[in-house]
Amino acid sequence: MSAAGEAGGTRAPHELELLRGMLRIRRFEERCAELYGQGKIRGFLHLYIGEEAVAVGVMQALEPGDAVVATYREHGHALARGTPARSVMAEMYGKLEGASRGRGGSMHIFDAPRRFYGGNAIVGGGLPIAVGLALADRLQRRPRLAAAFFGEGAVAEGEFHESMNLAALWGLPVLFCCENNLYAMGTALGRSEAVTDLALKASGYGMPAWPVDGMDVLAVEDAARRAALHVRGGGGPAFLELRTYRFRAHSMFDPELYRDKAEVERWKQRDPIAILAARLEAEGRLSRAARDALERELADEVDDAVAFAEAGRLEPVDELGRFVLSEPSPPAAERTP
Amino acid sequence: MKTTYREALRAALREALARDPRVFLMGEDVGRYGGCYAVSRGLLEEFGPERIRDTPLSESAFVGAGIGAALGGLRPIVEIMTVNFSLLALDQLVNNAATFLHMSGGQLSVPLVVRMTTGAGRQLAAQHSHSLEGWYAHVPGLRIVTPATLEDARGMLWTALEDPDPVLIFEHNALYAMEGELAEDAGPVDLDRASLRRRGRDLSLVTYGGTLPKALAAAEELAAEGIEAEVLDLRSLRPLDEEAILATVARTHRAVVVDEGWRSGSLSAEIAARIQEHVFFELDAPVLRVCTAEVPIPYPRHLEEAALPQVAGIVAAARRALGTG
Repeated sequence: MSAAGEAGGTRAPHELELLRGMLRIRRFEERCAELYGQGKIRGFLHLYIGEEAVAVGVMQALEPGDAVVATYREHGHALARGTPARSVMAEMYGKLEGASRGRGGSMHIFDAPRRFYGGNAIVGGGLPIAVGLALADRLQRRPRLAAAFFGEGAVAEGEFHESMNLAALWGLPVLFCCENNLYAMGTALGRSEAVTDLALKASGYGMPAWPVDGMDVLAVEDAARRAALHVRGGGGPAFLELRTYRFRAHSMFDPELYRDKAEVERWKQRDPIAILAARLEAEGRLSRAARDALERELADEVDDAVAFAEAGRLEPVDELGRFVLSEPSPPAAERTP
Repeated sequence: MKTTYREALRAALREALARDPRVFLMGEDVGRYGGCYAVSRGLLEEFGPERIRDTPLSESAFVGAGIGAALGGLRPIVEIMTVNFSLLALDQLVNNAATFLHMSGGQLSVPLVVRMTTGAGRQLAAQHSHSLEGWYAHVPGLRIVTPATLEDARGMLWTALEDPDPVLIFEHNALYAMEGELAEDAGPVDLDRASLRRRGRDLSLVTYGGTLPKALAAAEELAAEGIEAEVLDLRSLRPLDEEAILATVARTHRAVVVDEGWRSGSLSAEIAARIQEHVFFELDAPVLRVCTAEVPIPYPRHLEEAALPQVAGIVAAARRALGTG
């Protein structure tokens, strides 16, 4: 992008796209919460509301060939990566048309064509996978990176340290994206880490680290682009600490006994969507009418996703045992062209 | 040609590395050291550090990296020094490698091969001697194989690499030095079927891995008494070749399961259960088991030997099954 472009009017449409991406996740998940109340979605449901700037901002720095590994709070990442809302919603309904045939549910969205490798519900468990994806790219001389999203709770896991060390030791193209929302379920960072400055963990592995305001999507995008440039340039892995906050409970079962309502309210004043929207409105780049049109468009998309999920089929029970092991490829003649 | 189990494993690794550029080996001390059990000695010099990768002591990270590399289009062979160390990578093996295909609705197969040493017999005490392959055989989504012959040591690896799903190969440490004749043109073998290593009419000894030589020695002793024991080598613990197990029992009507795992909640229990579920009316005697004593494996030789299945115990169990013990 040219310097003139940065300073001039081409920036506004991009910022509107960022706003749209974040609002899309917000509206989608608000509907998920309602559907959970109606019993349409079951199991664990972890909402990303409040943290949207992180996934949307980081994804701006990724290319289609890059790999993404996420956590059980991954609806936002999947949507931002391009997995259709229909596919994500049908997955939560447990329908055959879902991203993972309905087998994974909210916590296990997989989308192989978009190189989206879940949806991992073991804290820290996705990190070694990201290292391996990056190793495969390195050994096959593909100029790609693997982005690993994980919460600050994962920093206490051995797999975090093993993965940081291995990626740094081998100079692999991994972008470690630590979403620091201050609570590992209900355990505050200060109650689980002896050293709460997470960027220091990265320096222990000789890895550059950027602490970022995770409530500011432009700051996230900017840091992610810088970090990705470092990683793609052969500089080895990089670490982003994205300081954010989850506005909703950990899951739908969480009574939130561990944090103050006042604290939640303070963070809500920094809502990444409200802040960007207000700025664009103040600068005259987002009209009331445009905002309303955007809301209508997103409501339509969510309605469509819900209708798609409602109309979806349940996987036949006699297919329960499919894909425990791979199925033999059908003979060439049987394949549909 | 004369060779050993260790050399057969190495020949299989060398062939795989030469045949397929996607194949690489990683694990603790597989390179400069030459492998804890010397299986990979010389491979670093032959194939270079990019394909023979020494890892830090990070079982979870390098097993998980193997999964990621498999997803990324490579054919990794991951070596874990011993099955006891593999417990540090259980999250990756059980929560990821075994689940990804099913949980992703068929999108992600994990063509990963993990080799590890199992079993006792070298006075390595309670953190290097256990036989936990039966645990892994509990888990849907994994394939578990146990080479017990030179042919299988030579031939299972390539077939495992061609398999689209995770395969765990358990090499019994007492077998590495086993010597014998192997055909010059020995090559890939199937991973699915059990194999009759000895024919007999009077009873069936069902076993695998490190206890196969003991079962064969027991069959020799029994033959001297006029008892003809059939010896079935399971080869694969998951999936189990149920057909072969039931067929040998249908022929001999008596079975003794020999398993270096512990008895409680074990693979031997699974085999006994399947026999009674399917061919109960073929049985002329209860299914008996010879397993490791329910203790952590101790260091002193006499106690270690007392803990493990031995030829004398197998012979005694066979006699009991025949009503002559």
